[in-house]
Amino acid sequence: MNGKTLVMGVIGADVHAIGIKILSHAFGEAGFKTVNLGVMVSQEEFIEAAIETAADAIIVSSLYGHGEMDCRGLREKCDEAGLVGIPLYVGGNLVVGKRNFAEVEKTFLDMGFNRAYPPGTTPETGIADISKDLGVA
Amino acid sequence: MNVILTVDFGSTFTKVAAVCAQSEKIIATAKAFTTIHTDIRHGLDAALAELYRQGGRMAFSQLLAASSAGGGLKMVAVGLVPALTAKAASMAACSAGAKVVKTFAYELSAAEQQEIHDIRPDLILLSGGTDGGNKAVILHNAKKLAEIEGDFSVIIAGNKSVAQAALETLVKGNKAAVICGNVMPAFNTLDIMPAKHAIRDLFMEKIIEAKGLTEASRMMSAPILPTPLAVFEGAELLAKSLGPLLAVDVGGATTDVYSITDGAPTLPGVVQKGLPEPYAKRSVEGDLGMRYSLDALAEAAAHIFPETEDFAHFRARCAADPAYVPQPDSPHARFDATLCAAAVDIATQRHSGRLETTYTPHGKTFYQLGKDLSQIKYVIGIGGAIIYSADPRAVLEKATCPSGGEILKPVSPAFLMDASYIFASAGLLSRVNEPLALKIMEAHITPPPPARP
Repeated sequence: MNGKTLVMGVIGADVHAIGIKILSHAFGEAGFKTVNLGVMVSQEEFIEAAIETAADAIIVSSLYGHGEMDCRGLREKCDEAGLVGIPLYVGGNLVVGKRNFAEVEKTFLDMGFNRAYPPGTTPETGIADISKDLGVA
Repeated sequence: MNVILTVDFGSTFTKVAAVCAQSEKIIATAKAFTTIHTDIRHGLDAALAELYRQGGRMAFSQLLAASSAGGGLKMVAVGLVPALTAKAASMAACSAGAKVVKTFAYELSAAEQQEIHDIRPDLILLSGGTDGGNKAVILHNAKKLAEIEGDFSVIIAGNKSVAQAALETLVKGNKAAVICGNVMPAFNTLDIMPAKHAIRDLFMEKIIEAKGLTEASRMMSAPILPTPLAVFEGAELLAKSLGPLLAVDVGGATTDVYSITDGAPTLPGVVQKGLPEPYAKRSVEGDLGMRYSLDALAEAAAHIFPETEDFAHFRARCAADPAYVPQPDSPHARFDATLCAAAVDIATQRHSGRLETTYTPHGKTFYQLGKDLSQIKYVIGIGGAIIYSADPRAVLEKATCPSGGEILKPVSPAFLMDASYIFASAGLLSRVNEPLALKIMEAHITPPPPARP
């Protein structure tokens, strides 16, 4: 265990259950304590879970194309709830249609996310980045 | 003859029941005014004298007692996030038979310190943080509680990593404090039993003495329980025979609701959200009482009551004399019946789970928050307000939601009532003789009579 706690879940009305289980397992194997909120998680649930568990980062998954709508305002709500500066990560099929990922990434970084990942990203990539960001690499 | 005596030291009346273990029947019941200000045994003696007058002089093989005298077990719950550890703490305290006057979340403020001081709780359940989770808030709150003047004990049921530190802070402030297991050890995992046991132990050690029950407790064959806990255990016992049930107890100060069922979703495609709730759940509504909390109840039921001169007169009468029982079928009795129905309606609505609609790419789906009670087969009424109303069935129907819908109240249950207030007595008996307790309940929990014209 590396002493870092990650809150993760699938945001909004999205019911894709498999990917988040794989991520939770992979991050657990990599030494993180994972708090997997499952599917259909609201912004408030992410925040409340992060407060109680003193999470070091929040990982948001979105597979159904409505990620932009669901994620907007999460950073501001974290600030409001006292989770100032908590690292936020997002990944999946974040938008509908064939938009250039650089453009999508910019959208999410502008919303206050620390990193955004395109479809097909391996768990190892995220584990490496987050370990580095949290100082446990 | 093997006769067991059960005693319920209530806030107004001390109620006794003599139960014969051989014939499995209640020999006699009696009551007398509770005498908390002199010696509580005087009221017990008076009740026993009345019992002997009815059933003849008898000896008891065992004496069992519950008490809600002196305001019952008054508690405050403190947690971190309202929907998580604060709720878990409140549920744990309720399940131990406490009257949870208020639940606080996040860092306590100076105004909230004052509020807790004014509530004058017997016990405070302090939670916050999962094990290894947030530490700052429970430590802050331990410090704030240590600063409050008052003779209360604190049960620490939060993040284990700082439980000892919280204890030391409280002890430094001259507060009695104990540590027990976290009410929410991991995210969304409820573990209320350690807190429930800690509350029971402190009730026996401290509250019995504080409420002047020490001498009475020496007469008993087993520790005195908080009355709501005895009622709760009665409800759990009855559920072993009847299956899942909902019980509502409308009293002078509070309305208590008990549900014994897993409450899992019964509709297809419903996703359960939020903190899981216990199989045996008790909730207590401090603002829904027929006498001591009548003002708050009248306010909650304001949509039913126009503020007439008659109603104002009724309220004044109740305020002056909380033991006031209106003449049957009088206008005041009708006020009581309507208020009681409102208390049942609101209290069961707060206790029940609800559905929230959400729209997904696959169409409409539902979240379920709390317990689904829709398929419950029995709703049971407890307490004089229900029992003595002209139409108990109509009052109990307020605990249902026949058309279904968002509020997951029972849809079409059968109604029963505890006409002789046997729940607490049976709960006490169940600790020493479960089959006997069940026999007594089956004989005395009966369908409501037809409405009086």
